[in-house]
Amino acid sequence: MNISLLGIVGYLVGIAALVGLNAVILVWLERKVAGHMQFRLGPMEVGPHGILQTLADGIKLVSKQLVIPDEADKPLFLLAPIVSLVPIFAAMVPLPFSETVQAWELNIGLLLIIALGLLNTLGILLAGWGSNNKYALLGGARAVAQILAYKIPLLICVMTIIMMTGSFSLRDIAIAQKDTWNVLYQPILFIVYIITVTLETNRSPFDFSEAESELVAGFHTEYSGMGFSLFFLAEYSYMFIAAGLATVLFLGGWHGPWLPGVAWTLIKIYSIIFLMMWFRWTFPRVRIDQMLSFGWKILLPLSLINFIITAGVLAL
Amino acid sequence: MNRPIQPTYTLDKVGEENFALNLGPQHPGTHGVLRVVLHMDGEYILQADPVLGYGHRMQEKIAENMTYPQALPYVCRMDYLGALSYNLAWVLAVEKLCQFEVPERAEAIRVIATELNRISSHLLWWGAFLLDLGGFTPFLQALTDREQILDLLEEITGSRLTYCYFRFGGLPSDVDEEWLTRVLAFIKEFRDRLPRYHDLVTGNVIFHHRSKDVGVILPFDAAGYGLSGPILRGSGIEFDVRKHEPYSGYDRYDFEVPVDQNGDCLGRYNVRMAEIEQSLRIIEQAIGSIPDGPVRSKVPKLIKAPAGEVAMAVETPRGQLVIYIVSDGSKKPYRVKYRVPSFANLSIFAKMARGQLLADALAILGSLDMVIPEVDR
Repeated sequence: MNISLLGIVGYLVGIAALVGLNAVILVWLERKVAGHMQFRLGPMEVGPHGILQTLADGIKLVSKQLVIPDEADKPLFLLAPIVSLVPIFAAMVPLPFSETVQAWELNIGLLLIIALGLLNTLGILLAGWGSNNKYALLGGARAVAQILAYKIPLLICVMTIIMMTGSFSLRDIAIAQKDTWNVLYQPILFIVYIITVTLETNRSPFDFSEAESELVAGFHTEYSGMGFSLFFLAEYSYMFIAAGLATVLFLGGWHGPWLPGVAWTLIKIYSIIFLMMWFRWTFPRVRIDQMLSFGWKILLPLSLINFIITAGVLAL
Repeated sequence: MNRPIQPTYTLDKVGEENFALNLGPQHPGTHGVLRVVLHMDGEYILQADPVLGYGHRMQEKIAENMTYPQALPYVCRMDYLGALSYNLAWVLAVEKLCQFEVPERAEAIRVIATELNRISSHLLWWGAFLLDLGGFTPFLQALTDREQILDLLEEITGSRLTYCYFRFGGLPSDVDEEWLTRVLAFIKEFRDRLPRYHDLVTGNVIFHHRSKDVGVILPFDAAGYGLSGPILRGSGIEFDVRKHEPYSGYDRYDFEVPVDQNGDCLGRYNVRMAEIEQSLRIIEQAIGSIPDGPVRSKVPKLIKAPAGEVAMAVETPRGQLVIYIVSDGSKKPYRVKYRVPSFANLSIFAKMARGQLLADALAILGSLDMVIPEVDR
C-alpha cells in the first residue's frame, strides 16, 4: 500500500471537515434532543430550527480571549486540549464507512482505535493537573480512577468479537457480518459495550470528571474560549468514533438493504449517538464509587463469562 | 477566619494529602451564596464548616425600624420560594397581637394561595435536587408545571416570586369564581402529570442508589438539632404546625401528615412528594367549602399594637417558622425575632457531611432544601 502526499492531505482535509461538521451537528442535535425531552424547543433563532446556532456559538468561542490562570502550569494547560483532540485524527483512519470508503485499511485498526481512545483520559488528566484548581484536579483524578474499571470490560468485549471474526481489521469484521449482525449473537456484550463507551466518552450518567453539580465544571473549569471548545470537539468526536466502532463491531457496519453503505453506516452511528443522548437527558449521575464497583463486579465478570462461553461455543 | 460554627471535631488524619476545598460561595451545588469549607481526604470529607452571612440583610432590625404594614412586603424576601408562608406568618402574628378578626372567606383564600405556593416550592426543590444528582431534565419539567402555579398566583397577587398578598384583617381583594375553577382545573391536570414525575425519577435505579441510605438523620438528632418540616418528618417524627397548632383554619380540612421512617435522602424525597398530594387535597377542600362574604374586616388605619409579646408559628415549605414580636404599644415593633427553618436545618449538615463522599454531601445538601437568604436573613 503506497501513501502519497496528496492522499495524506486529502485525508486530513476530509477528516477535519468530518470532525467539525460532526460536532456542529451533534451539538445542535444534543440541544434539540434535550429541548424536546424537557417540553421546550431548543435553539430556534439562528437558521431554520436553529441549525446554525452551533456555528454562531463556535464563532463566539473562537473570538473569545484565552484566559490562562496565573498559577496554572502554562505548557500543560495549553497542551491538554490538543492532547485530547489530536488522537481523533489518527483514530478515524481505520474506520470503514462502506466497503470502498475507508481512509486506510489497517490490519490492526481495532487495536489502534482502542489505544488512541486512552489518550483522551491523558488530556483530561493534564487539564486537571495543569489548571491548578482543586475541582479540576478532582475531575482529572476521577477520569484516571475510572479508566481501568471500563477499559478492561471494553477490551474483553472487543476480544470476543475478534475471536468470533479472527481479525483485527474493522473491514473484515464488518464483512463477516454480511448475513447476521453480531448484536444478535452477543446482545449482552452489546449492552456492556454501550455502557463502557458511555464511560469512555465521559457522558452522563457517568460524567464524573465534569460533574457540574459537584465539581463546578470538572476538568475544564478553568478553560474558556478555544480551549473549552477543543474539549467539546473532542468529546463529540469520541462519541462519533465510539458509535462508529459499535456499528462495525455489532451492527454489521455498512450492511443494510436499499440504501448505499455510507448512508447505513451514518444512520447506525447517529442512532447510537441518539441513544447516548437519551441516557444523558433522562438519568441522574451515578456516584463514582458505585460506578467503580459496577465496573469491577458486574461488567468485568459479565464480559468474561460471555467471553468464555463464546470461546466454548466457537470450539465446538 | 472567624467561623460561625466552631468545629467540634479534630482532624484525626492530618497529612499532606488533605486539603481544604471551598464549596461556594459561587458553586452550582449550594443554590445560593452559601460557603462550605470542606476538609477533604481525596473525595472523602473529613470536616465541613458552613460559613454563613454572605446575604445577611438585618431583616430583624429593619423590621424593628418600620411600622407593621411597612415591614409586610419585606418579610417575604427571606424565603423567596415560600414567600406566602412568610407573608402569612407576619400577618397572623400581628393579627394575634392586635386581635383583629379575619373573615372566613379570607382565611380559605389564604390557605389556597399558601398551599399553591408550597407546591411550587416543592416542585422547584424536586428539580433542583435532581440537578444536584446530575439529572437535568426533571428540573425543566418541574419548572413547566411550576409556571402554571406562578401564573395563577400572579393573577391574584400581582407578583411571581416575592408575593405580598395578605393584609392585616384579610386580603386586599377578593378572587373570582373563574380563578377558583382554574385552580381546580390545574389540580386535575397536575394530578395526571404527577405519575410521570414518579416514572421519570422515583423508580429510577440510579436515583435509588444515590438517595437510599444516604445522609441518614436519626429521630434523636432530628429533634435535637431543632429540624422541622419535611426533614423532621422524613426522620419519622410526625410534626406539622398545620396539624398540631392549626392556624388560618387548617383544622377545618382533612389531610394527612406524610412521615417516612428511614431518615435518608429518599425518605425526605418521599415526604415532599406526598406533601404535594396533600396540598392538592387541602386546596380542593378549601375551594369546595369556600364561604361567601367579605374578605377584609375593619382594621384601624394606623396600627398600634398593644404592649405585649406574641409568637406565631407557621409551617413553611421548609419547616417551622416562628415570628416573635415584642410590642411596646407604639406603631413599630420593639423587637422582632425570626426563627427560620432553613437555618436550623442547615445546622445538621456539618454532622451529616462528615466522612461522606463529595457527591453524597451535595445530595444531602440538596435534600435539605436550603434557601440561603432565609438562612442569612
